[in-house]
Amino acid sequence: MGRIWKLGDNINTDVIIPGRYNVTTDRAQLAKYCLCEILPEFAQQVRQGDIIMAGHNFGCGSSREHAPAAIQASGVKAVIARSFARIFYRNAINIGLPVLICEEAVLNSEDGQEADVDLEQGLITNLTTGQRFQAQPLPPFIARIVEAGGIIEYIRREGTLR
Amino acid sequence: MGTLAEEIFSYKLGRPVSAGEIVIVDVDHVMSHDTTSPLAIQAFRKLTGERGGRVFDSARAHIVFDHIVPAATVAAATLQRDIRGFAREQGIQILQEGICHQVMPERGFVAPGEIIVGADSHTCTYGALGAFATGMGSTDIGVAYATGRSWFRVPETINVRLTGQLQPGVYVKDVTLELVRRIGVDGANYRALEYSGSLVESLSISERFTLCNMAIEMGAKTGLVAPDATTEAWLRGRVNRSYPMLQPQNPRYERVVEVDVSDLSPLIACPPDVNNVVPVEQVEHIQIDQVFLGTCTNGRLDDLAIAASILRGRTIHPNTRMVVIPASREVYLEALRLGYIETFIQAGASVGTPGCGPCIGRHFGVLGPGERALTTMNRNFTGRMGDPTAEIYLGSPATVAATAITGHITDPRQFLA
Repeated sequence: MGRIWKLGDNINTDVIIPGRYNVTTDRAQLAKYCLCEILPEFAQQVRQGDIIMAGHNFGCGSSREHAPAAIQASGVKAVIARSFARIFYRNAINIGLPVLICEEAVLNSEDGQEADVDLEQGLITNLTTGQRFQAQPLPPFIARIVEAGGIIEYIRREGTLR
Repeated sequence: MGTLAEEIFSYKLGRPVSAGEIVIVDVDHVMSHDTTSPLAIQAFRKLTGERGGRVFDSARAHIVFDHIVPAATVAAATLQRDIRGFAREQGIQILQEGICHQVMPERGFVAPGEIIVGADSHTCTYGALGAFATGMGSTDIGVAYATGRSWFRVPETINVRLTGQLQPGVYVKDVTLELVRRIGVDGANYRALEYSGSLVESLSISERFTLCNMAIEMGAKTGLVAPDATTEAWLRGRVNRSYPMLQPQNPRYERVVEVDVSDLSPLIACPPDVNNVVPVEQVEHIQIDQVFLGTCTNGRLDDLAIAASILRGRTIHPNTRMVVIPASREVYLEALRLGYIETFIQAGASVGTPGCGPCIGRHFGVLGPGERALTTMNRNFTGRMGDPTAEIYLGSPATVAATAITGHITDPRQFLA
């Protein structure tokens, strides 16, 4: 469980991790600048288990995997959005950052409230209001990648990409 | 039977597939650049083990240095040194001669009917040649380097039909901005955009690159133009292998967007989202500190030609600075030969080494607090060119050149003879 960080529509990867800070593969370094353009306090205040809730098209723009990596390294348990931009969504699944699509949860939650997510069931609970929400189920192939913990783990388990 | 995207996947798989299916296919080419290669190499190592892993085919794995070239910081130089080590180990040639999306087609690594994945969102540019090309993250690209394969959800397609004739002073960049305005920044999310119509048929390959480059700005997986005689002519001397001239066959489109371009005027996308598009006359008062001509959207020879024709014999406004970066060495040399570069330098511009330049805010013309830029880029996101309080406006090469002269956003039509 953790705090909800509520964001708007079209949060692009440039504001998730600006180009001037992503010349590194050090995930802790990426976390230091996560969302710094729009939420300068985020990197300091975010705690393990916090949840990002966002509007439509979260993660649009550049393909930089530094964006989901920065969010993951900052301790965020899951990103819940009304919709995701395609490359970000794929990147998050590949590296094992939980991403859930749930219109109702986003519309009925406020910044600063507490929430928790049961990742196996896709069940989101707003602990402040007591409301519960069911996220959209994943297509079976994608669910298997998530279950494995990412695409690398999936391929290792299967022996090949199939 | 299907859209161009469905036809390409069906051809690759040897069986008919349609939108919505998840397929795993052998890819033809894989690309990453200096910013995305380090994480791709990490993923590759994680998958293949620390030593001994080989890329699927070193002749079809491409690493392009373009984001920070020559290296501007020790951090960038260190990453580039490590990438060079990987490339040597794997027998991969590093290309450092311009922007990946210009160099890949120039070098003949893109042909109709091929499937190309790249660790950069603007990989969708190659669809201009009738290839299915899409941007992915580094881990997907690391997997593709190791296996030569990738998974795709065959996308639904939106058909964009462009008809009519462009007025003087109005260019394909303006058409592209109009499309983002109409379709929205996520209106094509997960979908392919297939461009057709009399206007598209008349466009050069360079103009088709501009059109397809910004498909991602509408959320699209790729932009596509069916290959034709113009495509074949452009590929001659670049691609020697045979390729299929795949065409859509009785396609079922999710929807059709029709635009008659005849009434369009020059357009500007205002910060901080690409769909904040207005006619140039609405923002003409805005003072501009820096103009930038270049990028994978508009850094090609015809773009430089348009700007040079406006700047010839004129100088840049004293309160404005101009950065020009040709998209590739090939473009640079040709622009030199034709005198465009001399025109820019005499007008007072700084001309940079082929690459991405300030488009991603690392070097060669970053913006300070509160500054405003008008650029030929594809994105106007907060902080993209430097300080987060700086503002980025997007327009055509002509509008950028006209603005360089006056120091405020300017309708280029007043400079056309």
